[in-house]
Parts: sequence; C-alpha cells; structure tokens
Amino acid sequence: MALVTPGFRGRRRGSSERLPPGQYLVEDFPVLSAGPTPDVRLEEWRFTIRSETGSDHSWSWAGLLALPAETPVVDIHCVTKWSKLDTRWSGVSIDTLMAEVETGAEFALVQCYGGYTTNLPLADLLDGRAWIVYRYDGTDLPAEHGGPARLLVPHLYFWKSAKWVRGIQLLPKDEPGFWESLGYHDYGDPWREQRYAGD
Amino acid sequence: MARAAVRRRLTGPLPWRVAYLVAARAETPTSRTLVLQVDGWPGHRPGQHVDLRLTAEDCYSVQRGYSVASAPDGERIELTVQLLADGEVSPFLVHDYAIGDPVELRGPIGGWFVWDPADSQPVLLIGGGSGIVPLIAILRTRRAVGSSTPFRLLYSVRTPDDVYYRDELTGNDDVETTILYTRSAPGDSTRLAGRLTADDIGGWRDTHPRAYICGPTGFVEAASRLLVTLHYAARHIRTERFGPGGD
Repeated sequence: MALVTPGFRGRRRGSSERLPPGQYLVEDFPVLSAGPTPDVRLEEWRFTIRSETGSDHSWSWAGLLALPAETPVVDIHCVTKWSKLDTRWSGVSIDTLMAEVETGAEFALVQCYGGYTTNLPLADLLDGRAWIVYRYDGTDLPAEHGGPARLLVPHLYFWKSAKWVRGIQLLPKDEPGFWESLGYHDYGDPWREQRYAGD
Repeated sequence: MARAAVRRRLTGPLPWRVAYLVAARAETPTSRTLVLQVDGWPGHRPGQHVDLRLTAEDCYSVQRGYSVASAPDGERIELTVQLLADGEVSPFLVHDYAIGDPVELRGPIGGWFVWDPADSQPVLLIGGGSGIVPLIAILRTRRAVGSSTPFRLLYSVRTPDDVYYRDELTGNDDVETTILYTRSAPGDSTRLAGRLTADDIGGWRDTHPRAYICGPTGFVEAASRLLVTLHYAARHIRTERFGPGGD
C-alpha cells in the first residue's frame, strides 16, 4: 500500500490499459537529449552493422531508402514518465538489415552521431520489434527527434530508441551504453518499470 | 538466435523514501520551493533530480521528476516547482501541499548533468525559465565548498517577475551573472528584451568552459546550437530539457 499524500486527488486524465505503470499520456512529443543536436549530412551518412568478428555491413542513405519500408504505428514510453500512443513512423526493419549479417552474438551496442550509445540484447532488435526510421507522422524525421534516422524499439523505454543512429556493434557480451553507465536500467522494460539500475 | 542472458543486478533497487514538507516559500507568483526532510537520504550531486510519487486516498498515484535546487545538506533537500496551469501535479505542489505532510521520493537520479567540485574546468551555466533549478544547485555547491573555479551564468526569463532566486543570484559577486529578459526588461536595463544571442555569450570560448544548458526544449536547442556555431566543443556541452509535456 502506497503512502497517501493528504489532499492529493490527481486529474486521472488519459488513463489507458496501454499505459505502463508510473506513466502519463501526452499529446505533444517532448525532446530529451544529453548534448547538442548533431548536424548529419545525408551525403556522408552511413549505417554500419559490425559483427563480433569485425566484418562490416554498411548502407548509404540511398541504400537505406532503397530497402523495403515498413510503417509501424506504436506506443512509446519515456523513462521521464510520458507516454505517447499511436505514433506513426516509416523505416526499415532491423530484420531486413540483419538478413545479410552472419552472427552468433547475443548483444548489441547501438552507436550514434554525437557519441551517444545504448545497449540491448540482439533478440530485442529482431522479429519485427525494431526499425531504423526516417519519417515521423508523414514528414522527414526532424533533427531534434533524431533525424535523419533513429532507432525505434518501442517495447523498451525510449532512451533505447537512439537518435542520430549510425551503427550497431554486435557483441558476445553485454556492454553498457551511455545512460546504462549512469544509473539507468540495463534493459528498460516499461511494463516492469525498469527505470533505474536495480529496478 | 540465443535468448537474452538473465540480467545481472549490479545494485539494489533505488528505494522509495518518505519525505516531509518542513518549509516552503514562493520564488515567484507561479513557483514554490519545497524544503523536504528525507529520512535516510544518501546525498546527491548538484544537477541531479528526484522522482516524486503522489498517491490519492483511492490509491490512484502519479510520478513526476524534479531537479534538486539545494547543495548537499544532510537529509534536507529543496525542490523548486513551476506551476503549469494545465498540469496534474504542479498545481497541488505549488498551492495545496501542506507543511508536515508526506510524499514519496526516490533518487538521486542522473549521472550526466552534474558538476564535480573537484573539476577545475571553467563553467558556463545557461538557464531558461525553470531550467535555473539544477543550475542553482551547482552554484550553491560551488559556494558551499569554497570553490574558486571560474563560473559564469546566463539566465533567460520572460519578465522581471519570472526571476527565481534573484537576491542570491545578484549577490553572487564572484560569478559573472547576466539575466536576459525575452519579453519585457526592467526600465534600467541597457539590453532590449529578446532571445539569447551570440553577443550575450560574448568571448568566453577562450576559457574552454564546460557548458550546462537547461530549460525548455526550444531554448536548449537554440542555446546549444549557438554554442556549436561559436565553436564551443560539442563534447563539453551538457543539456537537460524540460519537454513541453513535462509537469
């Protein structure tokens, strides 16, 4: 039984079975990042998957856009407590990219322009659960939301959906990313409220 | 594909603690500083935040994050809450939360937007609106430990009524402090009301400071881009944003 704060009633707006514990609904799309928004030129943009043996698979911007696109409509959940339902994206499934990659690795370290990283089990990037997305709500992905392209892994807290993504390093062992080294949870399942290390 | 390994637990969970409101004061007509006694508080680093959990009689509960405004001080911490007219939690905390009443709290949280008093790199603080809160924690810590690390503060607010901690900020003799007004400036101001510009930032780059920028998204985006344009090193710019959906 949680402790009651006398006089607090709350607004109870937007309750939903699609809302994980401790989250509240927003209609806008807040921005959170640890440093300046990087300028990424499309002519220089590359996305590279490096396997645990060091072999690279790499796509240019045109190469990414030439791959079959999917249009996921998903709920997203930020560790800072906001959730947003039915967000609409366009991009390429990680399954499509990984089809070309030979690996026995179990973990992935996602790398970004600007230096941000985040880690997750490779299994969480597969089976139609993760994408490299380049459009949001019918327009090119704005830079402050991770454009030109970001990772989208909506079943985990949104810090795992790394902005300005440039590659995935496949690893035999788990290696913590940026926030995972600074007190946030290694896995980050919103339905188990895994916000901080030890949750 | 092998299944994900069982996750290791590197530390115990961050516990919910009970905090009591022991004092409160208005900072502006729309903000209030809460002084909380937190039994068992482990201490914090300036710039970190806490989560509050408020629960109603019928067990409905909500959580929100707030930056700590105070320097480390035993089991006391201060939060300054900005009233959001459409908010669910801030109207209660600003208007109704009474002295002696409990709230659940856990933290400290965040290991990035923090200042280490042992770090001698000059510091440029840039705050917009209620984004001053984690920055005052850094300034208060600097004073508490007697640091002589060069500091500069640029604080952007809409009007003179919106300035938090005014006496404290303007009485800080050894921190070069500039308050920028975006909508209306005081009568004796030599700067016209307007947004942060390159002229406001001036020639501080030569000291190679670490910058801490906190405020609403648009402000942080503009301020951090301005620093990058002025050739401040991106790796020395740390940001914290209050999204428009924040409360």
